[in-house]
Amino acid sequence: MGTGTYLDLLLSGLVVTLKTSLLAWIIALISGCVIGVMRTLPSRTASWIGFGYVEFFRNMPLLVQLFLWFFVLPELLPKSAGLWLKQLPNAPFWTAAIGIGFFMSARVAVQLQAGISSLPRGQKQAATALGLTTMQTYRYVLLPMAFRIILPPLTSEFLNTIKNTAVAITIGLVELTGEARSMQEFSFQVFEAFTAATVLYLIVNFIVATAMRFLERYVAIPGYIAGK
Amino acid sequence: MIEINHVNKWYGPSFQALKDCTTSVAKGEVVVVCGPSGSGKSTLIKCVNALEPIQGGDITLDGVKVNDPRTDLPKLRSRVGMVFQHFELFPHLRIVENLCLAQEKVLGRRHDDAVAKGMKLLDRVGLKDHAKKFPAELSGGQQQRVAIARALAMDPIAMLFDEPTSALDPEMISEVLDVMVDLAREGMTMMVVTHEMGFANKVADRVIFMDRGEIVEDAKKTDFFGQPRSDRAQKFLSKILQH
Amino acid sequence: MIGNFDFDVIRRALPYLFFEGMRFTLTLTALAAFGGLVFGTLIALMRLSGYRLLGRVAGIYVDFMRSLPLVLVIFWFYFLVPYIGQWLTGASRPITVGAFASSLITFIMFEAAYFSEIMRAGIQSISRGQPAAANALGLTYSQTMRYVVLPQAFRNMLPVLLTQTIVLFQDTSLVYVLSITDFLGAASKVAQRDGRLVEMYLFAAVVYFVICSAASFLVRRLQARIAIVR
Ligand SMILES: Nc1ncnc2c1ncn2[C@@H]1O[C@H](COP(=O)(O)OP(=O)(O)OP(=O)(O)O)[C@@H](O)[C@H]1O
Ligand SMILES: [Mg+2]
Repeated sequence: MGTGTYLDLLLSGLVVTLKTSLLAWIIALISGCVIGVMRTLPSRTASWIGFGYVEFFRNMPLLVQLFLWFFVLPELLPKSAGLWLKQLPNAPFWTAAIGIGFFMSARVAVQLQAGISSLPRGQKQAATALGLTTMQTYRYVLLPMAFRIILPPLTSEFLNTIKNTAVAITIGLVELTGEARSMQEFSFQVFEAFTAATVLYLIVNFIVATAMRFLERYVAIPGYIAGK
Repeated sequence: MIEINHVNKWYGPSFQALKDCTTSVAKGEVVVVCGPSGSGKSTLIKCVNALEPIQGGDITLDGVKVNDPRTDLPKLRSRVGMVFQHFELFPHLRIVENLCLAQEKVLGRRHDDAVAKGMKLLDRVGLKDHAKKFPAELSGGQQQRVAIARALAMDPIAMLFDEPTSALDPEMISEVLDVMVDLAREGMTMMVVTHEMGFANKVADRVIFMDRGEIVEDAKKTDFFGQPRSDRAQKFLSKILQH
Repeated sequence: MIGNFDFDVIRRALPYLFFEGMRFTLTLTALAAFGGLVFGTLIALMRLSGYRLLGRVAGIYVDFMRSLPLVLVIFWFYFLVPYIGQWLTGASRPITVGAFASSLITFIMFEAAYFSEIMRAGIQSISRGQPAAANALGLTYSQTMRYVVLPQAFRNMLPVLLTQTIVLFQDTSLVYVLSITDFLGAASKVAQRDGRLVEMYLFAAVVYFVICSAASFLVRRLQARIAIVR
């Protein structure tokens, strides 16, 4: 095999990494947003559910969570559903995206909760006093500000999502680290393979970080200094 | 217009913030609420539009019972304007968007109508040129005038003010008070928490003095400044008039 | 299905799971946390030392480590450590390194990057007046750090450091990729040997969950107490 094919393999691994992490990130953002908001609601029940959710997904290693989704869940479902799950084409991909998505959602929820709580209490009161419903208050007043505030930590959580996809090699997902690893087994060019994978990760990191900095600048509010 | 009857309120299980408060504000009347820090002025005013729930008594607004679970609170609140100590403009929205948001989402006005109304009110508070700016680009006094315009854009039947000038530098206080004086002279029903006794003297009909969650004194302006009956009110007045 | 859930499999595996598996996991966590903290503090001090070159080197190391997935770093070190050992000892062939030593080195080097960022934030949170006051009393730079700044920084950062240690405890499960018998590895081996994946993985999940929940509960308590004292 020539070096060209090696690079092709690594690049296809990179594509899998990116696809998995994007889907996982979408799941993490949506459910993290719901849970994060729930934790800031005055309702005791809502904030307890939010608390339980976060504790559940934060207090188990990601690897264990992936095993639960991959090996245990199909067995606990009714037979036909379990069978269908197991025979799903691309099962490692879907499992990884969902498992990592929920794992990260707890972290997104914590960040968002902190972001919302950091807003002055008067903001919510002002919106309520104008007659906005709780939904509208979050949608138009609290969330737009909270997301701007937590954009930097969210960037690193997104980078964590990308890195965490490597854990999915344990359930057979052949992403970037997996490709490098498998090359080691049949080519002995370990050093080259790992170096190439490392460089690719660094490039992805750089691109994401740069893009997010542009986004930060794009959504920045004239005259507004965070924390003021 | 605003009826407050034997209202009791607790924060948590043990701290009573309002003790059997009874008062009222008639249509077109301007009532100033004053009292030492922590006496419950903000709490009282927030109970009027149900930003804070009450545990005893009744509050009625234009004939609608505020503390009735069947009351449509968003609708009720949209009919009462409120102005806060720290302005509470929405920092991510331009000035004109701040004025339009609730008009569109709560009253269902069309965007063009909301903008037209908003511009008219900005003109009135003298800030038409700043419509496209963001709140953080305005001075405190300007922000507070925008906040008043935002409340007026909802065509409120009454206005509540919670220390609207106490976060402002001295030279900005009068520009806000001027707007409020105009409003009072036009016959707006107003309930104003403030320590600006000049303002009270000029436009208030009645003055309420609160201390430790109680309404200690509720008197005509002339009576209040003439001879406040309670010691506590006298002490308070002499303190803030010292300077 | 739940109906034929076999508790006995778990019961029989308990000694193996805890005396082999959990002992490995806890030892690795404790040593890696200690080593990571020591190196992390050194890196943080390098970054704050004011020597441009030293700071750059430390900064690049931290950014580099934090850009890579832990799994890849585990593979890297597993592959590299024998050669580094050869180079260090001057041996003629790559030395053989046990799985434990290899993963310990990996986790220390990896965690040092994360701990150093925590320590840096902690040191920077100490007001400038403190080192100035210490200098005014005649303390040297290292005395200032040792007796004035670091103790305060450490105290402020203790909850965050402990939380990071809980993360580390969870992350040690990734040595699974080297087929090492840590707690999860042990559970997995029993699971495959007896064909009891559901029981073993659920049990492992519960154990991790209980330990981590209890630990983070204690950290929250500690945090509340520190917040009051401050
Ligand atoms: N959300 C709350 N939870 C618990 N206690 C509160 C809350 N808000 C206010 N309090 C307490 O209720 C009392 C009355 O507060 P309030 O804000 O109404 O006082 P105030 O008269 O407006 O004072 P100030 O002039 O400082 O604004 C105070 O002792 C305050 O500590
Ligand atoms: Mg107040």
